[in-house]
Amino acid sequence: MNWFVQTVTSSVGKKAMMAITGLGFCLFLAAHLAGNLTIYGGRQAFNAYADHLHSLEPLVKVAEFGLLFFAAVHVITGLVLFYQNFAARPSRYAVTSSAGGRSIGSRTMPYTGIFLLGFVLYHLLNFHFVDKTGTTIYDIVSGAFENPATVAVYVCAMIVAAIHVSHGFWSAFQTLGANHPKYMPLIRGVGLVFSLLVGLGFGLLPVYLLAVS
Amino acid sequence: MTKSITLTLKVWRQQDPQSRGRLETYEARDISTDMSFLEMLDVVNEQLTLEGREPIAFDHDCREGICGTCGAVVNGRPHGPEKGTTLCQLHMRHFSDGDTIVIEPWRARAFALIKDLAVDRGALDRLIRAGGYISANTGGAPDGNNILVPQETAELAMDAAACIGCGACVAACPNASAMLFVGAKVSHLALLPQGHPEAAARATAMVREMDRLGFGNCGNERECEAECPKEIKITNIARLNREFLKARFFSSVR
Repeated sequence: MNWFVQTVTSSVGKKAMMAITGLGFCLFLAAHLAGNLTIYGGRQAFNAYADHLHSLEPLVKVAEFGLLFFAAVHVITGLVLFYQNFAARPSRYAVTSSAGGRSIGSRTMPYTGIFLLGFVLYHLLNFHFVDKTGTTIYDIVSGAFENPATVAVYVCAMIVAAIHVSHGFWSAFQTLGANHPKYMPLIRGVGLVFSLLVGLGFGLLPVYLLAVS
Repeated sequence: MTKSITLTLKVWRQQDPQSRGRLETYEARDISTDMSFLEMLDVVNEQLTLEGREPIAFDHDCREGICGTCGAVVNGRPHGPEKGTTLCQLHMRHFSDGDTIVIEPWRARAFALIKDLAVDRGALDRLIRAGGYISANTGGAPDGNNILVPQETAELAMDAAACIGCGACVAACPNASAMLFVGAKVSHLALLPQGHPEAAARATAMVREMDRLGFGNCGNERECEAECPKEIKITNIARLNREFLKARFFSSVR
């Protein structure tokens, strides 16, 4: 087998792919959040941001296909890891107890991941694959969040995303071998702050739009 | 002060790899709190033998916490609830009168069950055979300080080399991964000059063998680090990841 295929299909290789794509999504989340914060500036500001983004059309297309590729790698590798890890212990323990290593994030990684995949599809159907003729993105977004049920779904999804990121961020560094006595506390701290920013930053937007509608 | 306690044990009994196992309940009466966990099992086995029943099979050897032979999952915790302790060094004073203790074998696809609490950890030996060594020509003994190793590096290597190969990391890992074991072996040798020539081949061969043996993948759950009786750190897993990626992308090892 080709050395590269052999590397990426090994256990460490698969984890490295999860780490690289996961960190890619963290960058995307940061950019997406920065853009979305223009909603607090009102209709004009948000539409201006969207127009400006789409004026960079070829770059946006490249980014979209990049994200799609990353998503395919992250989801497929994640599902393979989930299955392999399940199969690595055919008979389960009658009693399980944690020694304090696991966190809510690490414990739920595959489940929050699968939930987020469903959410991303739902989110894209809501705001991406939607007829935008004769309306603006602000109207579509603010219209959608007039429904409290939609707001509830989004807030829940952002809590789940925060939980997923709380383990994923530092874990990605560890997997890529970047565990250093001087920097690891900082990486863990940044991961925690970033997961809170994702949860609060994205999670409060639908609530705000519901409140002003 | 010595006192006696009585415990209810729920022990995994399984005649052989093929048959179905189940938890059986025994009473451990008048157990001195100065006893080790294994001595407690000895008392129970004496009683079972006197009653004409089959004693519980479990692995043990030095009973000093240094050989890595003993080990069982006690109430869901490999080697029991105490930190940095092997099962033989776990004392009954950490339990209270009337406690119920569930005792199970290490569970992983790569560790086939032999009988009751005894499992075949030959997979760890096969990992060592894949690369947990250095090759050196024999001859006259070299001078003591011919190869200089900084104290800090020697300490890091020694911390990794403290691994006794008990398999608690695999038993504790929610994914039954052997990354802490392999990380310790790769680190211990990669840190020292004697291990450098074969570092790339070692990291590649050991990870490949680990995958072939059916261990799970590391999820950075950190349960291994918390349960390791020698308190080996997951920084060794990060070093294994570094060594592996370096070997795969920057060495000529295929």
